[in-house]
Amino acid sequence: MALVLIDYHKGNIRSVERGLQAAGADVVVSDDPAVVRAADAVVLPGVGAFSDASATLRELGLMEAVRQKCAEGAPFLGICLGMHLMFAGGEEHAPVGAPAEGLGLLPGIVGRVPAEDAAGRHYKVPHVGWNSVEPASDSPDELTAALFDGIRPGEFFYFTHSFQAPDGPGTVGVTCHARSFPSAVAVPGKPQFGVQFHPEKSSDAGARLLQNFVTLTK
Amino acid sequence: MLTKRVIPCLDVKDGRVVKGVNFVGLRDAGDPIELACRYDEQKADEVVFLDITATSDDRATTVELASHASESLHLPFCVGGGFRSVADIRRMIAAGADKVSVNSAAVANPALITEAARAFGTQAILCAIDAKQVPGNPNKWEVYVAGGRKATGLDVVEWAVEAARRGAGEILLTSMDRDGSRDGFDCALTRAVARAVDVPVIASGGVGKLEHFAQGILEGEADAVLAASVFHFGEFTIAQVKESMASYGIPVRL
Repeated sequence: MALVLIDYHKGNIRSVERGLQAAGADVVVSDDPAVVRAADAVVLPGVGAFSDASATLRELGLMEAVRQKCAEGAPFLGICLGMHLMFAGGEEHAPVGAPAEGLGLLPGIVGRVPAEDAAGRHYKVPHVGWNSVEPASDSPDELTAALFDGIRPGEFFYFTHSFQAPDGPGTVGVTCHARSFPSAVAVPGKPQFGVQFHPEKSSDAGARLLQNFVTLTK
Repeated sequence: MLTKRVIPCLDVKDGRVVKGVNFVGLRDAGDPIELACRYDEQKADEVVFLDITATSDDRATTVELASHASESLHLPFCVGGGFRSVADIRRMIAAGADKVSVNSAAVANPALITEAARAFGTQAILCAIDAKQVPGNPNKWEVYVAGGRKATGLDVVEWAVEAARRGAGEILLTSMDRDGSRDGFDCALTRAVARAVDVPVIASGGVGKLEHFAQGILEGEADAVLAASVFHFGEFTIAQVKESMASYGIPVRL
């Protein structure tokens, strides 16, 4: 079972690669749509800005290839910017009122992390550091439960981001900074997930999550 | 809730840890990877490697260090020191560093921050500032560069604001007055910068007692606290520091 880790030229993905390998995955790193089509599972990592990544994915022919794999029901994991790209669009570095295009696996537009809470208190952005992830539901579906198997509710993961996913039908985990936001999402009924945090940088719990995902691909 | 971070800093020269390390049970006290792995096990939230190598020739060693660190560590790490161009930064990030910190080169050429943040994202670019209080003016600090040897005439708060505006995702703020003093962080300095910028501020320089860490957060309003010797000498473990912080009601990852 080959898992393709998509390299769209936006920074370092070696820690993700090593994390997946440690979880027992047969990892192929590629920017080739043909390799994506032939793979059994897809991981979309990412640091950088939504609109640049969106443009690069389109230029490389990866946007269509990933959409097709996801439509076929292939297991998918988006990490940080890779999670943002699961949504319909994103505002990061895009012209005002014209969000850049995402994969559209989930509805909504990725926007800026708010710097104020409901009481008007100020919070630092980017949201950097270890924060807890709470399940969005007391009775998660089977696939989500499998992804978080062995991970306690409220476990800490490492975050670093200035933009965040919109709340919606896909929200399966939430985290609070100035406001509560989706820190884990799932495409309903499919083994397709996105996480805002970096499991590859999140100690034992992060390693467990990657392992759980790899198990789901087998 | 976002926890406050505890960050051990390792000064590295020619690929070896400098400043005495007296950490119980290390096979090789000079090996930065072995030391960093210990901090990883102790639940450090992040690690900073500060490259104090003088020449660019030796910097290849540090790139190699970043590569080994990214293989061995399961937490984010930052490499600082000696970056002069986006190409230098690219090499370090390609080797596996999650973040880099820029200091002197950014003062000489502030566009370096802008360009690096555009290329790698603001989360990858820290601006390190060495600050010294202006004599006779307790609420004013001057930026020093070249390892603290050269005054710049720049006001620390103004420079921090400028660096953040240009895309520095965090400010690593070291008080030269307190560094090595064991008197605690310069909380007035830290608070002045923390209130002026929207990005997280890491307090550095001066820790000697456990309660100093909590002071940096509560009085200095820092988002993270950094120290070196007290960890390397085994004076405090990361866990002791976090338990102390928690006893003051500060959220930490225990």
